[in-house]
Amino acid sequence: MTIAPEEQQTQVPEGHVKLTIDGQEVIAPEGELVIRTAERIGTVIPRFCDHPLLDPAGACRQCLVEVEVNGRAMPKPQASCTIAVADGMVVQTQKSSEVANKAQEGVMELLLINHPLDCPICDKGGECPLQNQAMAHGRATSRFVDTKRTFPKPLSISSQVLLDRERCVQCQRCTRFSEQIAGDPFIEMLERGPSQQVGTAETSDIVDSASHTSAGEPFQSYFSGNTIQICPVGALTSAEYRFRSRPFDLVSAPSVCEHCAAGCAQRTDFRRGKVMRRLAGEDPEVNEEWDCDKGRFAFRYAAARDRIRKPLVRDSGDGVLREASWTEALRVTSEALLGARAGAGVGVLSGGRLTVEDAYAYAKFARVALGTNDIDFRARAHSDEELEFLTGRVLGTSPGSAVSYADIEKAPAVLCVAFEPEEESPIVFLRLRKSARDRGTRVFHIGQWATPAVRKTFGELLTCAPGAEAAVLDGIAEHASDLDEALRTDGALVLVGERAAEVPGLFAAVDSLVRRTGARAAWVPRRAGERGSLDAGAAPTLLPGGIRYDDERARNELESLWGLEGGALPARRGRDTAGMLAAAARGELDALVVGGVDPDDLPDPEGALRALRAAGFVLSIEMRPSPVTELADVVLPIAPADEKSGSYLNWEGRSRGFEVTLAGTGALPDCRLLDTLAVEMDVDLFTQTPAAAAADLAKVCELRGSTATGQPVEAGSSARRELGTGQVWLATWRELIDNASLQVDEPYLAGTARRAVLRLSPATAQRFGIERGKPASVHTELGTLTLPAELTDMPDDVVWVPARSPVSVRSALGAGHGAAVGLAAASTEGDRG
Amino acid sequence: MGMFDPIKGFGVTFSTMFKKVVTEQYPEEFHPTAPRYRARHQLNRHPDGLEKCVGCELCAWACPADAIFVEGGDNTEEERYSPGERYGKDYQINYLRCIGCGLCVEACPTRSLTMINFYELADDDRRKLIYTKEDLMAPLLPGMEEPPHPMRLGDDEQDYYTYGPELERDRSGKDEEALQ
Ligand code: SF4
Ligand code: SF4
Ligand code: SF4
Ligand code: FES
Repeated sequence: MTIAPEEQQTQVPEGHVKLTIDGQEVIAPEGELVIRTAERIGTVIPRFCDHPLLDPAGACRQCLVEVEVNGRAMPKPQASCTIAVADGMVVQTQKSSEVANKAQEGVMELLLINHPLDCPICDKGGECPLQNQAMAHGRATSRFVDTKRTFPKPLSISSQVLLDRERCVQCQRCTRFSEQIAGDPFIEMLERGPSQQVGTAETSDIVDSASHTSAGEPFQSYFSGNTIQICPVGALTSAEYRFRSRPFDLVSAPSVCEHCAAGCAQRTDFRRGKVMRRLAGEDPEVNEEWDCDKGRFAFRYAAARDRIRKPLVRDSGDGVLREASWTEALRVTSEALLGARAGAGVGVLSGGRLTVEDAYAYAKFARVALGTNDIDFRARAHSDEELEFLTGRVLGTSPGSAVSYADIEKAPAVLCVAFEPEEESPIVFLRLRKSARDRGTRVFHIGQWATPAVRKTFGELLTCAPGAEAAVLDGIAEHASDLDEALRTDGALVLVGERAAEVPGLFAAVDSLVRRTGARAAWVPRRAGERGSLDAGAAPTLLPGGIRYDDERARNELESLWGLEGGALPARRGRDTAGMLAAAARGELDALVVGGVDPDDLPDPEGALRALRAAGFVLSIEMRPSPVTELADVVLPIAPADEKSGSYLNWEGRSRGFEVTLAGTGALPDCRLLDTLAVEMDVDLFTQTPAAAAADLAKVCELRGSTATGQPVEAGSSARRELGTGQVWLATWRELIDNASLQVDEPYLAGTARRAVLRLSPATAQRFGIERGKPASVHTELGTLTLPAELTDMPDDVVWVPARSPVSVRSALGAGHGAAVGLAAASTEGDRG
Repeated sequence: MGMFDPIKGFGVTFSTMFKKVVTEQYPEEFHPTAPRYRARHQLNRHPDGLEKCVGCELCAWACPADAIFVEGGDNTEEERYSPGERYGKDYQINYLRCIGCGLCVEACPTRSLTMINFYELADDDRRKLIYTKEDLMAPLLPGMEEPPHPMRLGDDEQDYYTYGPELERDRSGKDEEALQ
């Protein structure tokens, strides 16, 4: 039997149209742009302004083609990036039409008239769409003999982004990105005709004021790096990558960002063993084609001069850390840990930046080599209530079974609780903005003031005093019927951030809210490793694979899987981070194993340092010197993300695997290091490589299937909260760009951080005699933090300060979100805590 | 083989014995090349001593033997090595690899890279055959100043390319006058 060919050709599925491109019949979905239909059949029409994720603009005119609709030819060539396919349309591209070809050559010639001969000194040279398309679709010679238009250059429009107006082809990709995707007033098109140029809002004659809006606000966008990547010429370049290399010097490797739990796909470019730059990778399900500036620009910490590359052992004689051989360091460590295990015990603080494989190695090391459940990945404020919520609702979830980016895009309503999306998970923020902009998703925020993210997600803000978030949630049914209804619609979401752990009762309130309304909850941690550490069992109540410490049957199964004797696994509930530190300070723990933990993030930094001093033995597993290494007895160096393989679980529970980028540096991943240390202690972890660790973990996960229990969360106890005289409530959270340890050595990036201010309401300011722009200070018994005051529309008796910019609020005040602190006008700005 | 062949062979030997010897006693006797012979590279300077190289790496890109390594750098007003924004911060040519094809010279957009007729590129130490920027920079002629220093020939790099050659001609004219 044969199939008649003509029958095939005539079938046009529902919602599709049939058109002809260069004599070839194509079926395309209605509304598709001609430029993309052509691309599908392998015809690339040259373009500059067209970008699949931006609204069509038709700004550059490079994509001209001849179009015939309903048998009538359009009088002039049309821009194929703005014209949608239609039934019976006949398109002739440069391939088949001399007119289209000539039109494209003409546009190219005009674009090049004012384009400087900068290719040799331009950072885009070698990977420049203008260069490539001029070679492919341009005339071989120029007929232009006059003087080119010139501008002073380069202008820095932020400390990171440099603008060269001569090179710009006015495609408006950057301005459209800033306006549509990021929502930041980053740059705008100014002037008309030949003097049209990209610039800042102030004036066309920008020199000094280039980095300020007309309102005097500095331009900053957490997403500015993307404009550099999508600029089809070298008009926007980054200060960090300026003149550092050429595309042909670079070896590119796909990678995954280690900075936050968004899990962006990236591309890392390196030259001679040194990372030169990072670009956003493409993953339509996660970060689309974008990333944030932190992920893009903060990578030099791994090449920092002070990186620890050899084991350090504290000399018994003079008490100074000295370089030692691995053999010696491992021997000293294993002896000390074995001693401590036999004594009061060992606690493990694994930190929130581990890959799943490394976290699993820590979890197994604690259980098998140290015989304890005293392990916690949470190097920040935390609570039992949080752990219950994570066990009940988060553990073991994946994009298929729980909330994903796609769900955000589809959601009718999203409620952000104790979560500042732009600062804490930038890609979640971009999705919120996208769905709000494209589909009218209603985004609600519960917070203290209308942050830029609230504005840019077209959000509605429910203000409350810090610490009162739980009460607000409980009152939704009564006081915000509108929100209540929105949360009852199908697909509504509740996103909870890490700050929720600082508010007693909040997780329980979220839990009962979603039970009541049927909305789905997701936990969006800040750090890249937290979600993976939870599933890998680096938590005091959870063993790997979601096994509870008190589930004896599962524990026995795990014992036999791990080849241990029956009853070898500890049955006692482990202590959490704060518990371990307190115990160590009291002498109830003999040793501490500390991964990448910055004491400044802990609830009580002073107490943590005291505990480290009190502990008989401290093993620090670190990359660079830190307050922990200063107090450690042994420091073992480990590999940064670029130098190892592994995977992160992002907030969705999606596995983000990555391979080694810089091979052969000799730096060890944590899992390998712990495996070797365990061997020294006569225990086998079977985590020699990340792959081995992953395989071992997969077997453990099969035991119980690692799923969330769905158990209700009990509210943690909360002391009665009252303000003393002269006191206000402190609101604080981390900003994306601050003094975090993975952002060292990045002056250009640091320059794009938000200005550190202390925010308070006008009435509160008046009551305390504080003036706008003048220094004001918050204080506790422990210390003072002074910042310039900014008047903001927010509840009275509340101040907000950034958590680690310029210094850690925790270490300055020993207090966090929701604490009562003293407030006063300060005379000088000098006495920062 | 004919019976007189061995003797024929000696004929060649004997006749050559009395010809003029062509063997050159190099390196005892140095033989200069023709003036336009191209051997080792040189990185040239503008008439005020600023470097012509802009660190564009086009020479490295053109090199079929991958003998050239370049890293660009950013000129600042305080520390300027070349007119314009960019200069060659690190520049190395590995003469163990260079095949002397001159493609790099053709690629150079600024006429920074040219070849001079110094041809003694042999050594017993590999490291010595990797020439660095210091080795390759043209010597300072009278009127030139060792960079970094501000632009002396104009306000921007355009002036260097527009008037530079002219200035150079003028100056060499003056030098000759001075010599006479
Ligand atoms: S700066 Fe680049 S992205 Fe922006 S309009 Fe000009 S060419 Fe386009
Ligand atoms: S959003 Fe997060 S994962 Fe993505 S680039 Fe930024 S820090 Fe990295
Ligand atoms: S020598 Fe010429 S081609 Fe090579 S980097 Fe310098 S300017 Fe570019
Ligand atoms: S790509 Fe179509 S007008 Fe720019």
